[in-house]
Amino acid sequence: MGWKEKILKRSLWVYHLATGPCNNCDIEILDLLTPRHDVERFGIKLVGSVRHADVLLVTGIVNRKCVPRVLRIYDQMPAPKVVIAVGACPMGGCVFKGSYNQAGPLDKIIPVDLYIPGCPPKPEAIIAGIAKLLEKLK
Amino acid sequence: MAKAVVPIGPYHPLQEEPEHFLLTVEGEKVVDVEVHIGYNHRGIEKLAEHKSWQQVTFLVARICGICSTSHPIAYCNAVENLCRVEIPERAKYIRTLVGELERIHSHLLWLGLAGHFLGYNTVWMWVWKWREPILDIFEALTGNRNHYDMLLPGGVRRDLNEEYFPWVRKELGEVKKNLEMLSKAILDDPVIISRLKGIGVLTQEDVKNYGAVGPTARASGVKIDVRKDDPYAAYDLIRWEVATCENGDLLDKVVVRILEIFESIKMVEECMDALEKVKGEIMATIKEVPPGEGIGHHEAPRGETFHYVRSDGGSSPIRHKVRAPTYVNLPTCKATLPGSQLADAIIILASIDPCYCCTERVAVVSDRKKKYLTQEDLIKLSWEKTERLRRKYGR
Amino acid sequence: MKEIKERLGDKLLNIYEHTPNRIYLDIKREDLKEVVEYFFLERDMRFVTASGIDGRKEMEILYHFSEDSTGKIYSLRVKIPKDDLKIDSLTSLIKGAEFIEREIFEMLGIEFTGHPNLTRLLLAEDWPEGIYPLRRDEKGIRDLKERNWEKKNG
Repeated sequence: MGWKEKILKRSLWVYHLATGPCNNCDIEILDLLTPRHDVERFGIKLVGSVRHADVLLVTGIVNRKCVPRVLRIYDQMPAPKVVIAVGACPMGGCVFKGSYNQAGPLDKIIPVDLYIPGCPPKPEAIIAGIAKLLEKLK
Repeated sequence: MAKAVVPIGPYHPLQEEPEHFLLTVEGEKVVDVEVHIGYNHRGIEKLAEHKSWQQVTFLVARICGICSTSHPIAYCNAVENLCRVEIPERAKYIRTLVGELERIHSHLLWLGLAGHFLGYNTVWMWVWKWREPILDIFEALTGNRNHYDMLLPGGVRRDLNEEYFPWVRKELGEVKKNLEMLSKAILDDPVIISRLKGIGVLTQEDVKNYGAVGPTARASGVKIDVRKDDPYAAYDLIRWEVATCENGDLLDKVVVRILEIFESIKMVEECMDALEKVKGEIMATIKEVPPGEGIGHHEAPRGETFHYVRSDGGSSPIRHKVRAPTYVNLPTCKATLPGSQLADAIIILASIDPCYCCTERVAVVSDRKKKYLTQEDLIKLSWEKTERLRRKYGR
Repeated sequence: MKEIKERLGDKLLNIYEHTPNRIYLDIKREDLKEVVEYFFLERDMRFVTASGIDGRKEMEILYHFSEDSTGKIYSLRVKIPKDDLKIDSLTSLIKGAEFIEREIFEMLGIEFTGHPNLTRLLLAEDWPEGIYPLRRDEKGIRDLKERNWEKKNG
């Protein structure tokens, strides 16, 4: 494990990207900031610009209109980068599978490192997922 | 197909990239606004044509995560209207209870975001903390914090466990107490009053022209509420009042929503009282859906949600039209934004409570210098204005 | 209902009451604006939305109006022949019709004459022209080949 990974383990800066979601997963992600879960005490911070991010959290079915943006955001992210698909939507479309506006599951467009299933996944599940990721990076 | 639920500007503090807003500005004043949507278009109306009548309920529940039970209620109303079926009384109370709990959690969510946009991050944290017990109540009663999936055409899928009711009453009492404290604090704070009063006024005439619904319309004094106008579920069996204000400005929009939370708490308590007495079936079987058309609507937290279904006697709808409230409330920003200050843009856009998932971008371009502003910029402008006012009032 | 029959006279092709608060009226395309004026201005009803439907032989648009004081919803049905997909826009009367008509235009291909900005609302910029998702005929969605999105190697 290189020195970059060592730094990554210290505190994760997360950028959240919504690609046509029902917003439930997004609200649960925002819920992580609120006093009950308060992920900031773990050093996990939600940032406003992808150039500062280590981790990309993606929700939504990957709408056709969003694909160029997803690719652009992925490019703009500095390495080492980690992509997490949150919810059942980026994994296969959830109930929207087969829609004419769905550009495909997320891993057909960018490589994904971690899948957190659920509709929506509970905040505890999201934290558990990120913790598993940190284990993997060790 | 399209459920075209509105897209509207990212109010999500953590949305993707720039090029979100397209307001034409001259100096500090907003002159025009252009709305670009389509990023959340999931083709739901088309998908509904390939799913069975019951499956569509789960599909529409996922149109929006926040008003997750509003679409199923409206859809089930439409199918029940088509089949001319009346649901059992116990099911009516359960639907009303879930619908009103959802209104409470949705308005609390909005209050938190409004606080964030104004620069009161403590309000955001507090309100979202008070919202958690409501989500716990949902989890205990329905099995999930969101996407409760309680409904099916004909009634409800699961019964409620009345053993939880004393605990639910206690939690709602806490929310009520906290909200009373917050309301006093809001109405006492001259900074908040000057940020909200007289700003972003929507006239009654514009409410009619755009067909605005929900708290957006009621804040302007237009007393429309589907629950009273065309009652369904248990809304004509319990006692409650519609909340309205007069001026249509941002302050009224906040007040209407707070009043609705208090009213909803009362309604949930009444439903629990009724459920302890009214026993019986919770589902009326619908053997088959005859050919014809059905229309159902529901007063979602943001306004009227309207569903139209057409059947040819088959196992799927041949046409399903969904119109979410933000779809008609969103264009009202064309009436409220021009003439306002740029620092107020974000809170004016947020005041119609765009359904997050019905969200989309509104981009900003300055016509002379082609300046691009992101949502972050607009939030910052709003916070700066609050700071200036704080210094002015010595707070 | 009697008042509507009297007022609209022979403009009203048919009226059907499915349940006491759901009423469907059939009118001709040419009479649309006049009838809408009656419902929207004279009777002061609220315009809810418009649903476009591909009825296979012809297109239909249902304009839904809500009379909030009584809770009744009146739906005006207008049939449009497939070889002449045009109808008057209501934007001069009702500002809120703008988005609604744009959506019907891009989903079904019906042209609204007099609309200030009849462009795409929801579909992506690279969505092929001439394919209308809600149509059931050859202009609808047949096998749209999936684009091969470039996969990035991280």
